[in-house]
Amino acid sequence: MRASAYAILLAALSGLVVLTFVGSLLIGPSDLGMAGSLEGLFSTETSLAQLVMYEIRLPRAVLGLMIGVTLGLSGAVLQGFLRNPLAEPGILGISSAAALGAVLAIYTGLSAFFPLALPLAGLAGAFVAVLLIRALTGANGSTLTLILAGVAVSAFAGAASTLVLNLSPNPFAATEILFWMLGSLTDRSMTHVWLAGPFMIIGWIMLASLARPLDTLTLGSDAAATMGINVGKLQSFAVFGTAASVGAAVSVAGAIGFVGLVVPHVLRPLVGSVPSRLLPASALGGAIVLLTADILVRLIDPGHDLKIGVLTAMVGAPFFLWLVYRSRRNEL
Amino acid sequence: MTLLSLRELQAELGGKQVLDGISFDVAAGEFVGLIGPNGAGKSTLLRAALGLIPSRGSIMLSGRDGRTLSARQRALFVSYLPQEREIAWSMTVEQLIWLGRTPHRAAFRPVCAQDRVAVEAAVCAMGVEEFRSRPANALSGGEKARILVARALAQDAPLLLADEPTAGLDPAHQIALMRTFAELARKGHAVVACLHDLGLAARWCTRLVMMAGGQVVADGEPRSVLSPELLRKVYQVETFCAEHGGGPIVQPYDLASGE
Amino acid sequence: MWKLIRSRRLLLGLVGLAFMSLAPTLPAGAAKAPARVVSMNLCTDQLAMLLAAPGQLFSVSHLAADPGSSALAGEAARYRLNIGLAEEVFLMKPDLVLDGTFSTSPTASMLQRLGIRVEKFAPEASFDDVAENILRMGRLLGQEERAQEMVATLEKGLDDLASSAVPGLTVATYASNSYTTGKGSLSEAVIEAAGLTNLGSKLGIRGAGRLPLEILVLSLPDIVTNDTPTYEAPALAQENFVHPAYRAVLERAQTAPVPASNWICGGPFNLVAAAILQNAAKAAVQSGKHREK
Repeated sequence: MRASAYAILLAALSGLVVLTFVGSLLIGPSDLGMAGSLEGLFSTETSLAQLVMYEIRLPRAVLGLMIGVTLGLSGAVLQGFLRNPLAEPGILGISSAAALGAVLAIYTGLSAFFPLALPLAGLAGAFVAVLLIRALTGANGSTLTLILAGVAVSAFAGAASTLVLNLSPNPFAATEILFWMLGSLTDRSMTHVWLAGPFMIIGWIMLASLARPLDTLTLGSDAAATMGINVGKLQSFAVFGTAASVGAAVSVAGAIGFVGLVVPHVLRPLVGSVPSRLLPASALGGAIVLLTADILVRLIDPGHDLKIGVLTAMVGAPFFLWLVYRSRRNEL
Repeated sequence: MTLLSLRELQAELGGKQVLDGISFDVAAGEFVGLIGPNGAGKSTLLRAALGLIPSRGSIMLSGRDGRTLSARQRALFVSYLPQEREIAWSMTVEQLIWLGRTPHRAAFRPVCAQDRVAVEAAVCAMGVEEFRSRPANALSGGEKARILVARALAQDAPLLLADEPTAGLDPAHQIALMRTFAELARKGHAVVACLHDLGLAARWCTRLVMMAGGQVVADGEPRSVLSPELLRKVYQVETFCAEHGGGPIVQPYDLASGE
Repeated sequence: MWKLIRSRRLLLGLVGLAFMSLAPTLPAGAAKAPARVVSMNLCTDQLAMLLAAPGQLFSVSHLAADPGSSALAGEAARYRLNIGLAEEVFLMKPDLVLDGTFSTSPTASMLQRLGIRVEKFAPEASFDDVAENILRMGRLLGQEERAQEMVATLEKGLDDLASSAVPGLTVATYASNSYTTGKGSLSEAVIEAAGLTNLGSKLGIRGAGRLPLEILVLSLPDIVTNDTPTYEAPALAQENFVHPAYRAVLERAQTAPVPASNWICGGPFNLVAAAILQNAAKAAVQSGKHREK
């Protein structure tokens, strides 16, 4: 893998991010059309088209971009950190636990009085999950213990969220488990961008700083420690970075699965399997996948608010099975 | 110059005293073989000296207190070759060897000539030029062992601690590796290697430290440490010792008969 | 605005008077009429409460007491509330059980197997349906006369609405989860009774369906119903009401605070909903908020 080929890959991925971001801005359920959308975006006078572009489509596209980056980046970091290609926020139960935190913040009414409680609670849920996974699997967790720990955390968090929703006196709450389990970007507003964005960016900075340490971790944590890596700091950055970015993302859009699994895996051979090169590529790839999925959601069935997680799972779940099958064969 | 100095080093693993007051120095130019039966505490000693596990007692690296050094500073004084030959991702051999330069490269510092020289020297020393662009995971066990040694050499620290570096290598590569370490020592570095092969230890090390039950039971010239009597006592084996081709030959041939 | 509120109160009072004038009297054929009626559906609850003689109706569903859904929530406090469980209803020993066809609960069929008479009412999609259900409820409870009076009041109310209609205005209903109503819904009938056009129907929605926020913004109706439901606890379903784009629509369009309880089910209270819409239409014309289309 030559450096120039890597630069071309990043440039191509960036181009696709721009393309899907613009696509997300231009495509919607109304017949505003491309010209109308652009006019709404750039016209200086206030109009309904402008309202639609800035209050509905822009927050949706921005969240799609940021959450996609979060999922792709955190998936790549978790895989490098745990040295396991099956690691991903969804499969490890981190997303479910973040959803539980967000569910508690919203349905108890806490976030109505203190809006920051929403991303903070999502962060707290994700944080507890990462620590649990770490405690359950130990430093060199096998694929089996890792996935079993994820199943346990997911099952508990999912059940607890369902309980909270069922106990809510609001008759709509019970059906909203769908949103939390599958995720959606429909009719999110700039408020959500401002609430979750800063936490996601802080998380990204922490995760991105792990690029070179993750490279050394390829040879095991003892080797990394003796190559000058502060393994304790690496661990806390991985834990906090994942918790902050995934927790905030889930708290405004629900748990969108499999992006963090598929994207790093598809891109890994293209970056020569070097973890530090995988991080930026995977972040861009995550954004492309999520923005594309969100465009498809709007094109396939605009009337029924199809959940975005349905699409990512349709692609991701068979892929996951294939990975499990392959890793089982390798362990024989 | 003393590159490693241990005083009264003690360590516990799972409540069991594994290191019980280890003291010895390693000077530049030495190739120390750390020998002893399974469970003697050899690997634990290396890990404790590197600060990978908690321990008590004094650890000095090139005259500095090893306990107060940052991970990066420590990596400039000592490199480590773990026993597990784990390579999680299939990067190329060259990229893998370059990982050894990590402690020398501050964030965003570009590659410099010194880095290239160190990497090339390591590649040549281990004779891995031919597969430098191959994916590391596609190599055989012996080839993996050699590129991991190359990685440790590329770190270019004065002291190298290696945990069973010859395990899984064929005789030619075992001897080549021992030569490399001996050559490294001659150039003013120091190597401490845990070894199970007494023949290799006897032939190539400048000095042997024999451990048993968490303590140093013998320390000195290979010929003096590897006496049939001591080996019978520590390893419970009968050993054939001779001289051939300008060096000692040590070959255990049977279990020690009961007293 | 005070004018609108005053006229709304006035109308509520009038409708209330109309209800009261139908003083409950035991009919001649009282022997045949059921004496212990249990209703398990919000809509049959309300019709039964309006038409039953004192003591005739024993229990209504718990939704009947929910002010967010029921126009007669206060009234429901006088009855035992049920949650529609077969065992619960059976032990009440009813001689007539009222249910909706809309609910799929197996309770009704189980009660029928146990030999209890169950009558089911279909949801109404027009005022003809409403009148028909009122008359049928009257017959079942042996209160035909009161039912006929109620239908007459309803028809008079509809005539009054038709004569004072402001033509040419569009109204959008906008509920939790961005749902709106379209063709074949009772809301549509109420909107048309008020002389207005339903945005949902114009967009081709049948029954109930999602109205994406961006379409609501771009089709900017003259009137938007904004009875934001208040529940004890928040849910995402109500987040659409605080979305900045929706707030912007509320600033540009005339709002009509039609309580959901006034048009979920068919009944005389539908006239209140229509009157609120008509008042909103008048206010829209006065304030110039309606757009020429």
